[in-house]
This record gives sequence, structure tokens and C-alpha cells, in this order.
Amino acid sequence: MTPASSMNAALERQPPRLMLADPILTMTGIEKSFGDVRALRGVDVTVYPGEVLGIVGESGSGKSTLLRMMNLEDMPDRGEYHLALPGQEDLNLFTLDRFSRRMLRARHIGIVYQNPHLGLRMNNTSSGNVAERLLMAGERSFAVLRARAKESLDASEFPISRMDARPSELSGGMQQRVQLAKAIALEPALLLLDEPTTGLDVSVQALVLDTLKRLQRERRITMVIVSHDLGVIRTMADRVMVMRNGDVVEQGLADQIFQDPQHEYTQQLVHAKL
Amino acid sequence: MKLDQLTKPWEAFSYGFLDQSAKREMRRRILKAIAIPGYQVPYASREVPIARGWGTGGLQVTLTLLKPSSVVKVIDQGADDSVNASSIRKFLRRVSSARETLDTMEADVIQSRHRIPEEKLREDQILVLQVPNPEPLRPVQPDMSEARIMHGDADYGQLWLTLYEQLVRSGRIMQGSSYPSMVNGRHVMTPSPIPRWDVPKMHMAANLTILSAGREKRIHAVPPYTRVEPLVFDDVPYRIEDHADKTCYRSGVTGFFMNELPQDDGSSSFEVSDSQYGVKHIRRQEGEPVTLGETYYREGRLER
Ligand SMILES: Nc1ncnc2c1ncn2[C@@H]1O[C@H](COP(=O)(O)OP(=O)(O)O)[C@@H](O)[C@H]1O
Ligand SMILES: [Mg+2]
Repeated sequence: MTPASSMNAALERQPPRLMLADPILTMTGIEKSFGDVRALRGVDVTVYPGEVLGIVGESGSGKSTLLRMMNLEDMPDRGEYHLALPGQEDLNLFTLDRFSRRMLRARHIGIVYQNPHLGLRMNNTSSGNVAERLLMAGERSFAVLRARAKESLDASEFPISRMDARPSELSGGMQQRVQLAKAIALEPALLLLDEPTTGLDVSVQALVLDTLKRLQRERRITMVIVSHDLGVIRTMADRVMVMRNGDVVEQGLADQIFQDPQHEYTQQLVHAKL
Repeated sequence: MKLDQLTKPWEAFSYGFLDQSAKREMRRRILKAIAIPGYQVPYASREVPIARGWGTGGLQVTLTLLKPSSVVKVIDQGADDSVNASSIRKFLRRVSSARETLDTMEADVIQSRHRIPEEKLREDQILVLQVPNPEPLRPVQPDMSEARIMHGDADYGQLWLTLYEQLVRSGRIMQGSSYPSMVNGRHVMTPSPIPRWDVPKMHMAANLTILSAGREKRIHAVPPYTRVEPLVFDDVPYRIEDHADKTCYRSGVTGFFMNELPQDDGSSSFEVSDSQYGVKHIRRQEGEPVTLGETYYREGRLER
């Protein structure tokens, strides 16, 4: 099989069972360059309600750039982005003004970054970091803020006795749990995870992934998880998208990708991992 | 044409010290500030013969407002007789020939540092507050351009977070003076470093308040009958300083904002901070015909 035809086969293989519902997220033709670097070369993404989409690829393949666009933090040079949100008009979200993008992100999207400094105010309390989300959504009762911050931290398996500690005083694993609590506080339509366990000890990594899996099972949160680590993607994802140099080289159900990778690059990744 | 035909006759200074173009600019900025309550309007702050930080912002506004028939009062933390207040007053008299007064009720324009008088201001009076730091977002966002975007978006989550953190860490709101307040439901302003006691006086006040920062070159305003609401949680009420039951040792008045005077034995005595209000009480006790104005507070409780 030539590389080109293997690529087509890989891209056309569709996940049968999850296709039944309408997608919650649709991105088409996303292109982005940073100077001479073409970080994204016309990427299409579809995410269905309640599923976990894993995006895997080596460092520099454009995963984080794509996730930042899903979070409306960054804008592409070309491409469209639609989210099916209840009561919201369907439009290309990249055409919204900065304020509307911010409001939409605050209400409907949660994100956990690899680097907790990007997601947290390190010198505020952990509960305050969660409460800020609720404050932005207009919650003005101190008692309710406390209760909901607590509930969210608890759901992220963060020890409540430490809820008023500063993230700067916490371990990396705990910082990720605070980020997670903040991300899920408003029950987002979409939870984005950018290498959420990279940089953690392996044992801590497993615990954080357990929490994510439990949350996913209990709340059916739609997630997009990015990692260069195939093991993390295998643990978490229902469906997998493989990226390389700003292109999607293969996508499909996680089982198919891991057991029967079509594209050479995926085969290399999978075999290197085994 | 000769040079002396092109020059104007020599003058020591313009009426009201500031030149006409400076005043015109000030008036435009003030009008804009009134049109967008609580919004900080930049202006080209001029040099005036007092040092930056000593009320140059307030002074420029007052100079712009005065006319020869005006009656002006100047106070510094409630007192008419501080060096700063009396120098500003002397200067205003020299450059505007406006009449000075100590009586709040008599004044057209009141320039003040860090206090609002206890007697209610009327529609025909203007309060000019001197402001050191006009930006309530500065503690959470030092970048002024970012802070302006946040005001544009009414993005005040971080101010609320600051209050949340105070409640978590100390069990109460620690913010004393300069309590951040929402004006007309839209812009959060600092009311200048007035005590919490004074902030409710601004809410739906009959008078116009102009707040001016000379060093920071910003003016904001609270027009008459405008909502001024301190940021508070629904279930944690706004608290003023507990001066309600304190009595002034000089005038005997009770239920107003007091200055605390520590005594050698460790106790404190108190004197009413609005000094002229105390003086009026004393004069009335001595039989002089003094008119006391209505006050915002009565027996230490806010009159609504
Ligand atoms: N803000 C930026 N400025 C310049 N280049 C960037 C920027 N962000 C990403 N890139 C480049 O885009 C490419 C993709 O980066 P990234 O999305 O972070 O990859 P990944 O997350 O897959 O490691 C890389 O070559 C990276 O150097
Ligand atoms: Mg990355």
C-alpha cells in the first residue's frame, strides 16, 4: 500500500456507533501559521456529545494550538468552528468578537493546561480559583460560592481540608485537580485537557486519570484530551486523532487505532510504545 | 506688522489660574465623565503651584468650576484647618476671588480629600474629591491597557475574587477606604479613599460628585441621583465603621464619623471628623443662631 492510499483508508474509516448523534463540535479547514511554521494545515475535527476524543502526536505537531482554538483563546488564519449549544444560534465562533468569545468560553468550555500557571492564580486560594469561575457567571452569594467550590473540588478528588491552600503550596497532582475543579465548576459543554498529566509522577498520573475517567463515566462530559503519550490516550479516549506536522494522518475508534493502525506514522507510534 | 501688535497685553495669569484652553479641555472631560458615570476619562493634567499628590487633580477641577460669585469650601480628611486645605483655599481665593466658607451648607463647590461632609449636599452643590489612585483594578491588573479592556467588558471577576479571599482568610471584608463601588450598574470605580462610612452617601445623592486624579490624569464622576453600590455578596452585608455610638469629646455630637485620639492610658477619645460640623454644634450650644443641615446619618444610622 502506498502512503497516500494508506492515509485515505485511515481517514475514511469512520466510527460507526458514535456517528448516530449530531456532533457537538465541528471544526473545518483550520489553518494556522506562526511565521514560517505551518502549525495547522487544514485540520477538520468532529466531536460527538459524551465522547472522549484523544489527540495524539509527537511534540510540535500542533495539538496545543488546535486546543487553544477550541478554547477560543487563539484564532486561526482560516477555518470554521461550530459548537452545538442549547439555545445558541449556530454560527462560526471565529466570527464572534473578543467579548462574546470570552463569555462563551467562560460559560461553556473548561480547560486544564499542562502548566498549572496558565490555568490558576497561584497566590489565591484553591477554592477562590474555582469560585472565580462562578463569580464570572454572576454568582453573588458567598455561601453558595463556598458550597459549589467545595462540591467541584470534591468531585475532582481534591482534599477539602486543603481547599483554602494556595496552589503554590500544593503538589503538581493537586494543582491539576484544582484546575479540573475550576474547569468543571460550571458544568461545561466541552472539557479540554492539554497534557493534563504530563510532568506528574507515574503513580500520580494514574490517579488523576482515574479521576478523569470517573468524572467522564458519571457526568458524561464531552472531553478532548491531548497528549504525546499513547498510554494516556489509550486509557482515556473513545476515539483517536493522530496528528503530525499540523496534519491529521489518521483517525478512528481507539481500539481500531491501537490494534490495527493504518498509517505508517501511527504504526510507528504504536509499535514504539509496545 | 510689528511684534508688539501681535502680542497680547501682559497678564500675571488667567482668571482662575488655568488658561482658557486648559479649562475648556477640563469642562469637556468633566462632561464626558458625567455622561458615562464611573468611567475614567483621561485628561492633560496641568501644572499647578502645589505638588503632585497634594490635590492637583481636585484643584484643577475646582479652578475650572469657580466664578467670582462662587462660594468654596476646602477640607482635608474632614478638617478645614489643615495646612493643605488652608493653602488650597488661600490659592483659590487669590486666583478666582471666590468667597471662602467653612459651612458645608453655604458652599457651591466643596473640594475634599478623603471625606464627604456629614450634612447632606444639595442639587446646587458640587463635591470635588481628590483621588490618588483612580483605577480600582490596579491591585489585580497593573497593566493599564488590560485594565481598560476589563472595564470595557465589565470584567470584574477578579475584584470579586479579592473580596472572596478576604472573607476566607480573615472572616470579614478587610477593604477599608476606597471601597470599590459599581456606578450606575456599569462601571466599577474607586470612590477615592473616603471611609466606608461615606460611600453610601454617594448613592442617589442629589449633588454632582467629580473625582479627579492629577498625577494619574483621570477624571470620573457620579452625576446626581445615580446608583453607587459597593461590591458586596448577597449574604455578607456592607459594613460601615462602628462609630455610631462614639461621642465627640469637644462638641458632644454622637453618631458621626470620628477621628480616634489614642490616650496615654491606652484608651481612646474621639472627635468628630467633619470638624466644622462639630464647631457648628458648639456654637449653637453657646447660643449662636446656627443652622444645622440635614445629615445622611441620624443617630449613627443611615437615613434613606
Ligand atoms: N505562539 C507561538 N508562536 C510561534 N510558534 C508557535 C506558537 N505556538 C506554537 N508554535 C509552533 O507551532 C507548532 C505546533 O506547536 P504546538 O501546537 O504547541 O504543538 P504540540 O502541542 O503538538 O506540541 C510548533 O512548531 C510550535 O513551535
Ligand atoms: Mg502541547
